[in-house]
Amino acid sequence: MSSNNNFKDHIFSVKDCALITIATGRRAFTLTELRNHIRDVSPDSIYHHFWGGMLGAGFEESEYNNDFADWCRRNLNEITLGEQLSVVDPVAHKDLEDLRQEILEIIDERLAESEISLFLRSTRPFEFLRSLLVIFDTGKKITRPEDLPLILPELTTGSIFYHFIDSRRRLEHGFDDFRLWLEGFGEDYMQLSGSLAVIDPFFSSLRHIRQEVTEVCLEKLGRGAI
Amino acid sequence: MSGLLEEYAKVAGQDVVFQLQQLANHLKGKKVVHVNSTRVGGGVAEILEKLVPLSNELGLDTSWEVISGADDFYHCTKAMHNALQGYSAPIAQNLLDAYEQTNRDNAEKLRPQLEDADFVFIHDPQPAPLLKLCPERRGAWVWRCHIDASRPYRPVWRYLRKHVSDYDASIFSLPNFSQDLPHPQYIIPPSIDPLSDKNIDLPEEDVEKVKKEFGIDPNRPMILQVSRFDRFKDPVGVIESYRLSRKFNPDLQLVLAGGSASDDPEGEAVLEEVRTAAGDDPDIKVLLLPPDAHKTINALQRAADIVIQKSVKEGFGLTVTEGLWKGKPVIGGNTGGIILQVISYHTGFLVNTPQGAALRIRYLLRRRNLMQEMGIKAKEFVRENYLLTRQLREYLTLMVSLQHKAEYRIELI
Repeated sequence: MSSNNNFKDHIFSVKDCALITIATGRRAFTLTELRNHIRDVSPDSIYHHFWGGMLGAGFEESEYNNDFADWCRRNLNEITLGEQLSVVDPVAHKDLEDLRQEILEIIDERLAESEISLFLRSTRPFEFLRSLLVIFDTGKKITRPEDLPLILPELTTGSIFYHFIDSRRRLEHGFDDFRLWLEGFGEDYMQLSGSLAVIDPFFSSLRHIRQEVTEVCLEKLGRGAI
Repeated sequence: MSGLLEEYAKVAGQDVVFQLQQLANHLKGKKVVHVNSTRVGGGVAEILEKLVPLSNELGLDTSWEVISGADDFYHCTKAMHNALQGYSAPIAQNLLDAYEQTNRDNAEKLRPQLEDADFVFIHDPQPAPLLKLCPERRGAWVWRCHIDASRPYRPVWRYLRKHVSDYDASIFSLPNFSQDLPHPQYIIPPSIDPLSDKNIDLPEEDVEKVKKEFGIDPNRPMILQVSRFDRFKDPVGVIESYRLSRKFNPDLQLVLAGGSASDDPEGEAVLEEVRTAAGDDPDIKVLLLPPDAHKTINALQRAADIVIQKSVKEGFGLTVTEGLWKGKPVIGGNTGGIILQVISYHTGFLVNTPQGAALRIRYLLRRRNLMQEMGIKAKEFVRENYLLTRQLREYLTLMVSLQHKAEYRIELI
């Protein structure tokens, strides 16, 4: 488990990150092409199409939680597949290869059961992208969970992405940095950790997630914390 | 915090500026040069005008150089621009010779500065050959293509590709604009400057003054399209939509505002078509505005109930971004970058035909509350995604990534 934050002496170092999108040159017009590119792209491209939109330019109230589902629904008019892909939970997979396998299986099943899906062709291709993440230290540090509600409203959306979203890729069992840090304090903050675990990071903007995390911390730690 | 950064913090948010400062800390003192071919006019100059001082305030040593040439050079680069957008016309050899000679002449003047820079951003095809003319360059060179090059005229692209393939990276505005090049192609959408005359908040009296100036009735609904008089922007289709909507909204007014067409022979013809289609309808205003009428456009966008951008082909569509920033729902053509910005039922509606646009005009005019909600959402959407500060953050991120030459992840600890 790598947190990129050693939590030595219970110190939580706030990091920030910025993402930049890179074209891979891969384009799919049909479901078979989509499937084959998903099989071959770098894991970072899979990561990008699940999470990258949160930090890059994009609309927060998207109907689907990943670009593959969205494209199948909107551009290929594959409503069934769009729905099937939309329930894929990237956090539930041990790594991106595992996630890739599940997506491939869903597409393969659809290709096998629906002959028409073999012939669908979109006029707008799926553009495979990947992203590069630049992570930097903000110099901000906290040592007590009670400081969380103080610092959270000041965090950039990049910090929220790094500690609450990107961490799910770095840590096992879909953990985030806040919860991992709280674990170090023993039983006292289990309830807070549990409440943070149920925040659904999809279908929200990072600003909204920041607000939700702050509210949970305020509620569990008491308004007196600030 | 310096004055300019503070101004941006007020509009974009303190956290956004804080992040820029954090990123810029890793690039302090780096020499950055932007090169394009015009100091005034056009989207590139508009962005650089603010991007350069803002970068300097963040501690980078940024300068902006402009190359210049004679008529043949500009004829050539105009033809290149059209060819990248898909217009099939070869460019005469004498024009290509002028293009290369102009770059050689400019390289004589700029070489020491460019070779010494840590990062060089070359904007669009005009200065692209400078890279090969600076053999002692020590920094990273990036070609920034602002043009929709999704379906270029191949012979011209093949020629230009020779000049851009040796760059360390290129930047395109949208993924489908990217081309087959042997270096990383970054995707950075353009942005609007919230502090420019075109986008800054205006007092209500300025908006009222513009309404009065152009005979727009303040008590009746008005729809607006701001764009060049160009067939790809489908101004005649907008008039058709207006007429279809008028049956249900007899009070409706339409304003079509565009720049002068004097440098574009086709523009004159389209303007004539538009005037003919408008006929003697007093509720259609066809406005030919000077290139510096930024505040007028700003006021018109604020005066409008709905902003239309019914393009049939579009690059990114910054007029859409501007409309959204004014808190207006936008009815936009289902093409190019408009698709990224107009989210049906959230920030406006995507349409494919004049009939589709008419339907959505009727729909919105009947649902004033929804229009208001969409307007609020539209402005926030632009604040989050399409302000100059986001573009600058991505430029800084790109520079950091080029400095570290990492593939996926860089930790600056």
